[in-house]
Order: sequence, then structure tokens, then C-alpha cells
Amino acid sequence: MAEAIRLTYEISPDDFTRAGEASSDVKKKLKSLGVPPEAVRKVSIAMYEGEINMVIHAKGGLITVEISPDQILMILADKGPGIPDIDQAMQAGWSTAPNEIRSLGFGAGMGLPNMKKYTDEMTIDTVIGKGTTITMIVKI
Amino acid sequence: MKVQDLIDKQIFHVVNSGDDTGREITGVFCCDLLSIAMGKAPADSAWVTVMGNINTIAVATLADVSCVIMAEGAALDEVARAKAKQQGVAVLATEEPVFDAALKIYQELHG
Repeated sequence: MAEAIRLTYEISPDDFTRAGEASSDVKKKLKSLGVPPEAVRKVSIAMYEGEINMVIHAKGGLITVEISPDQILMILADKGPGIPDIDQAMQAGWSTAPNEIRSLGFGAGMGLPNMKKYTDEMTIDTVIGKGTTITMIVKI
Repeated sequence: MKVQDLIDKQIFHVVNSGDDTGREITGVFCCDLLSIAMGKAPADSAWVTVMGNINTIAVATLADVSCVIMAEGAALDEVARAKAKQQGVAVLATEEPVFDAALKIYQELHG
């Protein structure tokens, strides 16, 4: 694996039956590339949380994953409403998910905290009314 | 204990035996909130839940648990069942409450 492998996924809005497919695909590819299981698990968890967030809050978006020998870079870009208060959004338990999402088992307010917990670096760029881009790195 | 050992004990019904019944179960985890399960379920654990939608299977796959135990007679819906087959996730089921189901696995693991 000398060069970086780049994968892109379009995330459909409001489609919970497909949410998780991009993360599952990345997981499979990482496994087949021989990436250590702990790094695979971290990427899977962080990316799935991000993917779910894009479905719930942002009418979908685009995920780019770059697999290098020493790290996995994930860029999740959406054109959603933006995050008004990042500190609040980062608090475990804070959620703005609607009730129908809660009845599916989400909306516990753990998405962003989980993404932070399972990645080595995470930055959030958000503009109200324009969208949010989250960049995450898991080191191998 | 392997997934196959747990199946053989016939404590639970088999909904889907999954792709890898030789997989080790090293612990038990209980939670119905998927975001918490996602962040906290240890890899290689048996995850006991009553939440049976397609996202349960996604979380099981991505958090890398050994198997899912549906407690309280909760069922996987059609779509989730198809997904479990497709992803090769082992799913077992019981009428018993979450705690009792988890305790049985714990006792099998720790004697």
C-alpha cells in the first residue's frame, strides 16, 4: 500500500435503511488491506456516527476516505443547517434529533463525542445555513 | 466460548447463525440506545438488546460484536433480518428479559 487509496460515498438523506452502507464498505476494504483491527473499529465507529448525523441532520452529503500506510483520513461534508454551538454539540447527551429518530435508538447525543473518542484528530468547520465539514484522522 | 458453543447450549433460538460461528465471545454488553452501544460495546462481546431495526445490524457489524441477542421476545424486522443474513451477523433470540439473558451468557463465560 504505497499510495493513498481514495474512496468517495454519496450519502442519501433520510434513508435509514441505507445508512451505514458507506461505513460497512470502508470497514470491508480496510480489513482486506490488512489494517489492524483496532484501527478498523475506530474508523468504522467514527464514520458511522458521522454518516448517521448526515442522514438525520443534514439531508445527506459526501464522504471522502483516504487510506494511507500510516493513517486513515475521513472528510464528511454536508450542506445542512450547520452547528450553532459546537461546544454544546460536543457534550455527551446533547441532541437535537427528532422523536422518530429517537425511537430508532439514536438521538442519545453521543454521535460527536463518539467520533472524537475514536479518532486521533477531529476538526469541525461549520457555517450556519451553509453546511458542516468534519475532518477526522485515525492513525495506524 | 465460541458463538457455536452458545448456539449448542440451546438457551436461545437461532435467528441467523452468521458467517463465523467459530468466533470467540469474550464478554456481554446490554444497551438499547444504538449510539451508546456503538461507542461502548466491546469488540467480541455478545450484545443483548430489544432494538431490532436495520441499524442494530449496522452497529453490530461496525462495533464488531460477536453476536446479537434479541431479548424480551423482541424480533428483528424483515429488513434487519435480511441485512443480518447479508452481513453474516449472528443473531439469537429469547423471551427472557435483558438482564436474565445477559446473566446466562455471563454464567456460561465465567462458570
